[in-house]
This record gives sequence, structure tokens and C-alpha cells, in this order.
Amino acid sequence: MAERVAIQTADFDLSTEVAALRAGDQRVGAVCSFIGTVRDRHVNLERGSAVTQGEVQSLELEHYPGMTEKAIEAMIDAALARFDIYAARVVHRVGLLQPTDQVVLVAVSSAHRGESFAACQFLMDYLKTQAPFWKKEVTPEGARWVDARVSDDAALARWGLELGNG
Amino acid sequence: MTQVHIKYFASLREALGPGGVHTTAAQTVGQLRDELIALGGAHAQALAKSRPVRAALNQVMSAEDQALSEGCGVAFFPPVTGG
Repeated sequence: MAERVAIQTADFDLSTEVAALRAGDQRVGAVCSFIGTVRDRHVNLERGSAVTQGEVQSLELEHYPGMTEKAIEAMIDAALARFDIYAARVVHRVGLLQPTDQVVLVAVSSAHRGESFAACQFLMDYLKTQAPFWKKEVTPEGARWVDARVSDDAALARWGLELGNG
Repeated sequence: MTQVHIKYFASLREALGPGGVHTTAAQTVGQLRDELIALGGAHAQALAKSRPVRAALNQVMSAEDQALSEGCGVAFFPPVTGG
């Protein structure tokens, strides 16, 4: 079986990742994928309300090696238990990234579209609040750690998971 | 006394360094945080109860009432912001 989780500094290629996920499996009738990319503007949040917007020159991503992989593997296990899907793949980049760069890929295969759409969203909602990554934005005013969004907790709560993020 | 391996990440790592081996009388993750706060200075500030600090015990997200064990790993960090 192919690796389900990759944490890497290198970029990834959607077509290559989806081909590996499908792996010629003739049961697959749907593949849903999500890609998160680096924006060139930041929103400074004060517990949910947008205060300022500004320019992002680069983004630094830190993670907890070992725990990150374990946490995402557990999320994929949870998705496989909850949805009628065949396989899932998560790639997350770390290190120094620039606006327009790809950051994260979630791809899911299933027999029918509904299950892969739902599982893809579930995995992203889960990852946003439970995978140990931290973003630091470099702006003309200096570098600052990105604040967690309350709306991300709400997104995970939709799935009946009240895990919270601080 | 219990020996624990402490790690800090993101803004906590910048304030306190990467962490290290620590001998503690604390029984739980929360008590360990209290003990570190009692060191004062940067620890008191970075780990203050008024700040949203999360913890992991042996690389699993942990509540403050989780029990420590000899040689365990405890990480403290701010709310996560990946994706």
C-alpha cells in the first residue's frame, strides 16, 4: 500500500499524487482533492473578527516531527471508519514558502462522489485544528505567528468532534 | 520524582528554547505546566494560564489532567495553524 502521509519541504504534483492514489483500482468511481495555497495577504484576527489586512512576503511552516505524521495517520483512520472510501493521501509542506506556493494536498478516492467530497472536507477540518503545524508570516512590518481561527473549531464541530484548538 | 522530556514549538520555542530533560514532582501535564510557570521569567510569561497553550503527551494531543509517566514526552505549543 502506498504511503498515506508525507511531510516535506518539496512541492507536490496533483496528477502524480492522484494517479498513485487511484493505483489502477477499478472500484474507484470518484476522486476528490483539495489544495491549500499561500495567499499574499493576511488577516489579523482578534478572536474571530478581521482587524487588518496586509501583505505577506513569505510564510514559514514549523511542525512537530513524528507527532504530525501520527496525528494525520489517525485522522485518515477516522475518515476510513466514518466514510465509505477506498484510500486517502495527505501531503503537507513545511519550511519557507512564497505566495502562490502549494501548502497542503488532501485526496480521497471512493465509489461515488458524495463520500469522497465529505471525507476530503472532514480531513481538512480535522487537520486544521489537530495537526501540529504552525505558520509564521513575514510581512513588511515584521514576522508574526498566525492566530488560530475560531471558525476552524466550528468546522470540526460539524462532524461531532468537539476537540477545540486552545 | 519523574523524568520527562519537554519540547516547545513555535512562539513557545522562540521564548523558551527547544526544551530538554526535566525532573519533576508533577503528576499531570497541567501540574507540570504550573511548575514551569513557577520558574518565573520567560516561562511564567509564555505558559501563563491566560494564554491558549496546548499540550501533547507522547505525541498525542493531551488534556491537562493526563498523567505523566517516567521518561514520557510532553510538548507545549500554541494553537495549531496548519493547512
